[in-house]
Amino acid sequence: MSDKPRKFKGGVHPNDSKALTSHKPIKQAPLLDAYKVIMHQNIGAPPELLVKKGDEVKKGQLLAKAGGFVSVPLHAPTSGTVKAIDKVPGPTGISVPCIEITADGNDEWGSPFEPIADWRATAPADLKQRVWDAGIVGMGGAGFPAHVKLSPPDGKKIDTLILNGAECEPYLTADHRLMLENAEDVVLGAAITARILGLDCAIIGVENNKLDAIEELNKVAAKYNVKVQGLPVNYPQGAEKQLIYAITGREVPVGKLPMDVGCVVQNVASAAAIADAVVKGIPSIERITTVTGKPVVDPGNWKLRIGTPIEKVLELAGGIKEQPAKLLLGGPMMGIAQSSLGVTVMKNTSGVLLIANDEVSQYTSEPCIRCGRCVDCCPMDILPATISQAVENKRFDWAEKLNVMACIECGSCSYSCPSHRPLNQQFKRAKVEIQARLRKKG
Amino acid sequence: MSEETKSVQLPDPAKLVVSNSPHMRDKPTIARIMYTVIGALLPGCAMAIVFFGLAALEVLAVCVFSCVLIEEGWNKLMKRSSTWKDGSAILTGLLLGMNLNAGTPWWICILGGFLAIILGKQLYGGLGYNPFNPVLVARVGLLIGFPGIMTTWDKPDMWHMGIDGVTAATPLGLAPGETFVKDMLLGNVGGCLGETSAIALMVGGAILIAFKLIKWEVPLMFIGTVFAITGVAHLLNPEVYHSPFVHVFSGGLLLGAFFMATDMVTSPMTHKGAWIFGFGCGLITSLIRLWGAYPEGVSFAILFMNALTPLIDRVTISKPFGYVAPVKGEA
Repeated sequence: MSDKPRKFKGGVHPNDSKALTSHKPIKQAPLLDAYKVIMHQNIGAPPELLVKKGDEVKKGQLLAKAGGFVSVPLHAPTSGTVKAIDKVPGPTGISVPCIEITADGNDEWGSPFEPIADWRATAPADLKQRVWDAGIVGMGGAGFPAHVKLSPPDGKKIDTLILNGAECEPYLTADHRLMLENAEDVVLGAAITARILGLDCAIIGVENNKLDAIEELNKVAAKYNVKVQGLPVNYPQGAEKQLIYAITGREVPVGKLPMDVGCVVQNVASAAAIADAVVKGIPSIERITTVTGKPVVDPGNWKLRIGTPIEKVLELAGGIKEQPAKLLLGGPMMGIAQSSLGVTVMKNTSGVLLIANDEVSQYTSEPCIRCGRCVDCCPMDILPATISQAVENKRFDWAEKLNVMACIECGSCSYSCPSHRPLNQQFKRAKVEIQARLRKKG
Repeated sequence: MSEETKSVQLPDPAKLVVSNSPHMRDKPTIARIMYTVIGALLPGCAMAIVFFGLAALEVLAVCVFSCVLIEEGWNKLMKRSSTWKDGSAILTGLLLGMNLNAGTPWWICILGGFLAIILGKQLYGGLGYNPFNPVLVARVGLLIGFPGIMTTWDKPDMWHMGIDGVTAATPLGLAPGETFVKDMLLGNVGGCLGETSAIALMVGGAILIAFKLIKWEVPLMFIGTVFAITGVAHLLNPEVYHSPFVHVFSGGLLLGAFFMATDMVTSPMTHKGAWIFGFGCGLITSLIRLWGAYPEGVSFAILFMNALTPLIDRVTISKPFGYVAPVKGEA
């Protein structure tokens, strides 16, 4: 494996605005009066509810168990009473079921499992079971159950474990601070994950705009046989397929998974959560989230419990200086705009971002002038402008032939379009239409 | 919650905008692109005014104003919103002026503006939808309609304000050996406003490439192909054919290669396509120049390749990252 990472084709360089929070140490959020834990936080099946209204719960106690293999259990963020099985606005705007817990203020532990004293002597299968039991998902944004990635089907040989510390989304610094302050947890998590996969090494990919984090990781990396790989700063460097290409030179075939080219990619925050679950016996009930944006009084990186309402998160950050135009969960390139402050922190909430009024414009989209900027920056090497035409004419068959299904929805095309055409939005729609047609066909 | 945090100001959810990602946009807009191209064309315009005096300024001004007014008039007629501020009509006017001779009567300029804006662009649906370069549609229209006016060129007369009525032939119309590359580099030759100063046009081209507003493959292939083909012809028979340097620095080649063939709307979107497009332009230009009825072939070459652009785009569709060829026999 060469030391020089490969450069993937395309990409864009938005203003990263990370300086707002990159120097702010992670702060532990104080205990709140109440938490609303959204039930379905993972890709795959929803978990099965184990508690009912009025039940006393301890911190870390199971609230719901996995509802299948591609599903993860849910744990209580603190000790208290189940006040209600309620509904809150989900990140996509649709109301979703949640478990509301009134905190008793004691924050008393009732962990469902014990720490594993010597992980090196523990069977990989037991370590994997622990990852599942702890409810760990992809914390970079996808929310894909971690144990599923660690269970390649027979015949698929995994030879490379990559930890994703690219954090290419502008504004977000949660992973940066995690790698800087808890480098050993990340590296330990990498080593444990490697053991589960039957590997003896792992590679952490970090964009070169976080040199201090790379330095910290390198101090502890050798001890666990982990390699730290600096990566060129280019959005979307943290996209799974682009990351695998940069580090190994392998191209994940369209419609296939990293395991098809012998790779497993795990977010660094997930790795740290795996270390916590194994070594400290702590389930996934907390995460580091960047609370930032120009309108925020005191932007920072916070360790938040799952189920913390966004309203409270913004209060922690001192509130706002001016009414923002947008409230986003995640970064500005792929984050989801919210219409309510009632959304709560989930396992994949990497950022709470406020965008000021002068930073967004309500663009009217103009005709495509065929400048080709979208073609140049597309990291998947498809033709956004041409596909956009197809979608406008409702020719989804044509869009499919033009490989719209390969789109990773990174938003680089929309970002670069001088006519402000809603390319990314059109492709999301096309993908939904094409999938719906496939289902119809059976 | 303490009293202190209660007084914290929070966003008003009713005022939050919900839209699809991405929530950031890059700075360039259509207007910014157009004005940068206009800026890149200004050195060439300045040199034209230096060599042809106020008459050149007059041609450029009449073309720009007529294009803007005709576009706005059409917008009014079609009940569309105003578009002149995006700069595309200004650019069309400026390029049209560069395609005309300094002594062109004002009514030809206005007719050219009409052909470019209405016939070349608006009839197809406006900016972004025209298959042919509007300026070249106008130029060729005028060339066919008024061959006399369109092929009479004033002799450049540096700093001499006003036209003295002396005309000169374009270097391509002269016999080989009568032309000087040095004069052509500066622009001290007869021809259209934009066929004169090679250096000023190359500066403009360099600006366009530096700002990534054009695909460098197009001018490279265009000029390179013309140089190669005319070079071979010159080597075989220097008595009949001009040296390749004369071909490259004369006529509308540089203006065409840097400013017209690279028009985004009417040239291929992919880099692979740009190679083919540039080569085609160069090939057709050389054929017309060497053996065609007209001394100049840049306009026809570009228009012909404009017509092929959709086809070029279709055959140069890239394979996506991670593409796997479907296995034969499957579906």
